[in-house]
Amino acid sequence: MRITRVAAVAAAATLALGLTACGGDDGSSEGTGAGSKSFAAGSTMERLNKAQAIKIGTKFDQPGFGQKGLSGKPEGFDVEVAKIIVKELGIPEDKIEWVEAPSKVREDVIVNGTVDLVAATYTINDKRKERIAFAGPYYEAGQNIMVKKDDTAITGPDSFKDGTKKVCSVTGSTPAETIKQYVKDVATQLVLFDTYDKCRDALKGGQVDAVTTDNVILLGYIAKDEASFKLAGDNFTKEPYGIGVKKEDTDFRNFINDTLEKAFNDGSWKKAWDDTAGKFGAELGAAPTVNRY
Amino acid sequence: MNVLIDKFDVFAGGFWLTLQICLLAAIGALLLGAVVAVLRISPVPPLRAVGTAYVNIFRNMPLTVVMFFAAFGLPALGSNADFLRLPGLDAVFNRLGTDLPYFRFALIALVLYTAAFVCEALRSGVNAVPPGQAEAARSLGLTFSQNLRHVVLPQSWKASVVPLGSVIIAMIKNSALAGFFGVVGDLAQTADQLTSAEGFAFVPVAIGISIGYLIMTVPLGALLDRIEKRQAVAR
Amino acid sequence: MSRQTSVLYDVPGPRQRRITLVSSVAATLLLLVGAYFLIYRPLDDKGQFSMELWGPLIDPSNENFSQVWDRLGLGLKNTLIAAVLAIVSSLVVGTLLAVLRIQLKSLTRRRFVGFATPLAYLLRGLSVLLSAVTRVCVEVFRGLPVVITIFFVARGFPEFGVSFDTLWYLVIGLTIYNSVVIGEILRSGMEGLPGGQAEAAAAIGLSPLQSTRMILLPQAFRIMLPALISQLVVVLKDTSLGFIISYEETLNIGKQVIGVLENPIQVYVVIAVLFIAVNYSLSKLAQYVQHRLSRGRKTAGTPAQNPPPAALMSQAEGAGGPI
Repeated sequence: MRITRVAAVAAAATLALGLTACGGDDGSSEGTGAGSKSFAAGSTMERLNKAQAIKIGTKFDQPGFGQKGLSGKPEGFDVEVAKIIVKELGIPEDKIEWVEAPSKVREDVIVNGTVDLVAATYTINDKRKERIAFAGPYYEAGQNIMVKKDDTAITGPDSFKDGTKKVCSVTGSTPAETIKQYVKDVATQLVLFDTYDKCRDALKGGQVDAVTTDNVILLGYIAKDEASFKLAGDNFTKEPYGIGVKKEDTDFRNFINDTLEKAFNDGSWKKAWDDTAGKFGAELGAAPTVNRY
Repeated sequence: MNVLIDKFDVFAGGFWLTLQICLLAAIGALLLGAVVAVLRISPVPPLRAVGTAYVNIFRNMPLTVVMFFAAFGLPALGSNADFLRLPGLDAVFNRLGTDLPYFRFALIALVLYTAAFVCEALRSGVNAVPPGQAEAARSLGLTFSQNLRHVVLPQSWKASVVPLGSVIIAMIKNSALAGFFGVVGDLAQTADQLTSAEGFAFVPVAIGISIGYLIMTVPLGALLDRIEKRQAVAR
Repeated sequence: MSRQTSVLYDVPGPRQRRITLVSSVAATLLLLVGAYFLIYRPLDDKGQFSMELWGPLIDPSNENFSQVWDRLGLGLKNTLIAAVLAIVSSLVVGTLLAVLRIQLKSLTRRRFVGFATPLAYLLRGLSVLLSAVTRVCVEVFRGLPVVITIFFVARGFPEFGVSFDTLWYLVIGLTIYNSVVIGEILRSGMEGLPGGQAEAAAAIGLSPLQSTRMILLPQAFRIMLPALISQLVVVLKDTSLGFIISYEETLNIGKQVIGVLENPIQVYVVIAVLFIAVNYSLSKLAQYVQHRLSRGRKTAGTPAQNPPPAALMSQAEGAGGPI
């Protein structure tokens, strides 16, 4: 059980550093710098800590989770969770290189080594586990449908079965694949864009009748424009968000799981939520149980 | 390689959809381009200005931007491009009449964009007609429109064929962008779908998609080469 | 152009001038009224002219103005970097390709006398094969949409264990397509030169490669310069395809800005204006160069009065090239 020992050492190191740095609330410099933490030789954690640099894949266009705004830096819940992990690795926040990882390339960038980890509203599922590995989950979303405020005809995914209602989603995303099972005729009912704001604009303009994706994303749009949109019914899938890492890198995965568990307990996870997606009025719920497989 | 056989219907469907866009857009662009070309050489200054402005705007904008304006600007103008739901035509081109307007939007974008180049190709043809022809026609007392119809255009047509063909080839290739603006199931979007969402091996999909486009572009290019060579000899 | 317009109709007399004036006024009015009812009114009804949407883009006192333009400036910079890299590498590769194809063509005609018979056949077969291979490559890459080429590069290279920054995927994708186009422009330029040029070069003892390098290529460049500049416009427009592979060029950054400010139409209008301004100046430059060249040629009395028909074609294709 080398892993737990490493984690224990890491935890002890943080604790010690936390004690020495007591009173200083400058979180970004706390416990960082090469060699400030010790990791098992040859592990990904050691490599990253030594290099004092990390590449993280996230979305740049997902309000509340990972959105690159006017500042040129991504902001959101995924970004904050990633920062918690990076801090635990002993790397300062400004050494993170953010790489855009849209839905369709997420596995590729992990497998190719373009990034060290992916936090990008990344649903854990078995098909993806064939190519990569997931730590977490750190949040559980569910697919839902957003319609216009005055729409009563769409009540859930089954409303698309009669072949008249038009729905929009994003190319290569899980929700797009899921909704295909409910749609009668893809050619006349389904529209795919590269971002969800295009879907929202299409819904507002009346070109489509519904937008479908994870509830938290939709809640973000509804929070901004409550007069126009609402959710139609309940979530019809479970989408546990995980952190994607290389398939064979079990050490790193366990390290992230430990870090997440720690964040669940010490309140930093909740704070990350409250500062970002929590503003949209979505429930955080109880901390999920990380799945160590 | 199995994906080419297993998903043959998907490839074929994508090919057919791309072909539909291209056929309709080619017709539209040739018609609109001819109108713009006439505007550009017309005797009425404001019309000439409109023609010139049209060409300069659409030739210098990336098609991506034109596509965007068609897909999101037209709805803002309150139009779903329903005027393109031509009865009869949508029996063959089934996407034309659907409630989803994005096929029509992509079509409009392609037509608007390509028309600027069609206009330039036609104009280069008109320029190739020796000025003496038009002068002779004028001295016979033909008006502007008679001059164009009976003397200049029939001759310029020959010199325009090759550049026009190149414009159409370019348009076929440009149609690949439609898949990124809400037209589900064309060749380009099929490539994206199969490799990204359904996780098929990349190389066979790439080969399948390439064949789809090359079937459309290479024979047309070869035909143009022949025409060009024959014209060169005739000259 | 003024010559062209006057050729098609008579110089207007007083009556015709009156008619033209009246119809001009009528046409202008019609256009304005049409624009007002079909474009201005619906947009105004939807509040698309509000300063809330336009402010961050055009009002320097707006709180977001400087940040928005910092971002757009970065996008423009990235667009230009990609465009410059792509055009330079396309020019280099395209020139090499044109020379290669010309050389191979002359090789296939060579009989290889002085070699042993089987070797001569082998060499001839080899040169025919190589010539065919380059031909096929040119046809394939010219026939594929540049979107697809970029997409294939970005997805295919990592598949074979080669990974770069997205910038390089974009540059490679653009280079593959544009070098083939430029190669064809130059080749048709060289083939369009009068045969006497190559013959004279051979007569003074230049090797085929020397004659291409010193005699044919410089002339082809000169004749084809306008076509090459319009190809530059094409490359600049094509960089906008970077959004497909997450390269942060102008349009992609525009998309990010839209995600925050929610003013898609306004941002795209600004981007369109930027592109039109840059590309319009480039095409004016092309026209100017063409003008200069045609004047120079007349006085110098060099043989090629008109670019060969192939030049016209590639020019049209260049200008009409993908996006």
